[in-house]
This record gives sequence, C-alpha cells and structure tokens, in this order.
Amino acid sequence: MPLDRLIALALVFAPLSVVSLGGGPSIFAEMQRQAVEVHGWLTDESFVALFAISRAAPGPGSLIAALVGWEAAGFAGALVAAVALYLPSSLVLLAVGQWWRRRGDSPARRVIERGLAPVAVGLIFAGVLTLMRAEGVGLPEWLTLVGCTAWLMRGASPYLVMAVVAAAYAGLFRIGAMGA
Amino acid sequence: MADAMPPRASLGAILAVFAALGMASFGGGLPGWMHREVVRRRRWMTEENFLAGVALGQVLPGANSVNLALYIGQQLRGWPGAMLAAFGILGPPFLVILGLALMHARYGELPGMAVVLGGVAAAGLANSLTVGLRAARRMQGLWPWAVAAVTFVAIGVLRLPMIPVVLVVIPASVALAWRARHAA
Repeated sequence: MPLDRLIALALVFAPLSVVSLGGGPSIFAEMQRQAVEVHGWLTDESFVALFAISRAAPGPGSLIAALVGWEAAGFAGALVAAVALYLPSSLVLLAVGQWWRRRGDSPARRVIERGLAPVAVGLIFAGVLTLMRAEGVGLPEWLTLVGCTAWLMRGASPYLVMAVVAAAYAGLFRIGAMGA
Repeated sequence: MADAMPPRASLGAILAVFAALGMASFGGGLPGWMHREVVRRRRWMTEENFLAGVALGQVLPGANSVNLALYIGQQLRGWPGAMLAAFGILGPPFLVILGLALMHARYGELPGMAVVLGGVAAAGLANSLTVGLRAARRMQGLWPWAVAAVTFVAIGVLRLPMIPVVLVVIPASVALAWRARHAA
C-alpha cells in the first residue's frame, strides 16, 4: 500500500516538474487537482491550509509538494514528492548550465549575457507585479514594497528590513489596525 | 575544459551560504538574497553571469529559486557545487515545513499570522525588486531599456504566456547586444 502511494506521488510530481515553467505558481492548480480530486490524498480545506503553511515556512513556496507527499504517505511521501518535483527540472537546468559553463569567458558568451540581462530585468519586474496583484495584497503591502525597496537600495540589511516589517505588521494587527 | 570562474568558492562555503539563505528567505525573494550574498558580498560571480542565471532559471522548467541556486553552484564548482547549493536551499526548509505542518495539526492557526506574512512577503519582493533596479542602473544605451520594457509589459501587464514571449525577446535582445558591441 505505501509503495503504491509513493509511486503515485512520483507519477504526479515528476511530470509537473518538467511543465513548471515560470516556477511554482504555474503548477499549484494542477497539483491541487491531482492531490484532491484525482487521488483524494487530502481535502480542499487541508490543501488551502498546506498552502498557508508553505507560505509561512522559509524556502521556496514549491515545497508545498513535500506537504502533499506528507499527507499522502508520511515522511517517505514528503521525500518522494520533493525529489520528483525538483529532480527532472534540475537535470534540464544542469544540462543547459553545463553547456553554458563550457563557453568560459568567450566573446560569444559575453554578448549572450548582455542580451539576457535586460530580459532578466523585465522578468523580475513582471514577477513582482504578478505577485503584488495576488489576492489579499492591498495598499499597506504596496507601501511596504516601495518603502523596503528604497531602504534596501540604500544598503540596508534584508534581515533587518524583514524583522522590522514583521514587527510592524504584528504591532498593527495587535492594536486592531489591520486584519479582520 | 576551462573553468568559467576561478574556484574561489569552496564546496563547504557554498553549502553554508545556501543553507543560511534557504532559512532566511521567508516570504520569497530568494533571488534577492542570493544576489546579495553571491555577487555583492562575496564576489563569487559577476553581475552579468548572475543575471544570465536569473533569466535561464525563469525560462527553464522548475522553481525559479532552486534553478538559480543550481546554476550558481554549477558555475562556481560544477555538479558538486550545484548539488550542495540545491541541498542547502531545500534541505533545512524541507524539515522546517514538515515541523510547521505538525504544529499546525496540533495547535491550529496562529491569529494574525496571515497579516504578518503578507507584510513579510511584500518585503521579500522588495528584495527581488532591488536586484532588478540595480541591474537596470547598469544598462547602457536605449536598447536594453526597450527590451526590459517590452518583457515587463508583455508578461507582467498583458499577462501573455512567458515562453512564446521570451522565444521572441531573447534572440532579439542578443542580436541587439551583438550589434551594439560591433557598433562601438
């Protein structure tokens, strides 16, 4: 029985790995459909709870896969789900990276790097905008984004910035100025 | 096969740096943390090499931050470097997230947690935005701004699918970089 579950987990997450273009958010919907509707490993409510937990945890948000595996088949399930989600895409990236590394410091590579840089800048801005348009993001978060960016650009430590923001939001919540 | 970078980063240092980054990155914004440690503080990698990794990590399948960690580790120390960087960024958070799930099952939700996380996530995004702004400041000439603007509007504002967009934008941008280099 547990072995069946582990194989099923691998078969769900490994294909998701190679289609996860643009990272975690692009596969959450399909992950939810497979885990809740197709396999019945967990309920819709617990998937939402796991999503909240994955956001509260450090590290990449895609680690929600480990939580789904955990619900389905315990620690081994968490491990299988994480390896299945990360390994295939990692091999693709390493193959490209290997080729890239072999270019060394060639003029061709420098031209490609100079061409990729503005694309990366556009992708970073687009990613920030997409996440800021998510549900539950309001004026306070926009003000936080602008304020923190200005502070970080002046060389502030991100550890300090995060600690101050967390303390400020906790304080505002406490006095009832924020949150329901 | 010549190394792209002098192997100044030891494997132990790669593991230590990425393990710390994985645990520090509440609310996302991992590329910002990596940029600070790898490019600005330790100078293991040039800004341009790092940005190429950001673009590759987003365009190829997989979680962006894990891809970027793999890329950095591989550029610095080949496959062992990539393995350690990915293990560092995933291993400790993997254990923490399981611990949080256990706590959640036992004690339920903490009041106010969602509010605080919303703020922390915005601060994490500020970290990423900082990388973009710093890179934008280094862009010379008009064409990089045009490329960045087209990419941002197409994917961020118009919400066009990323892959077709980058399949057009990347070759065009490399051609423009090539032309700018030969015109200079």
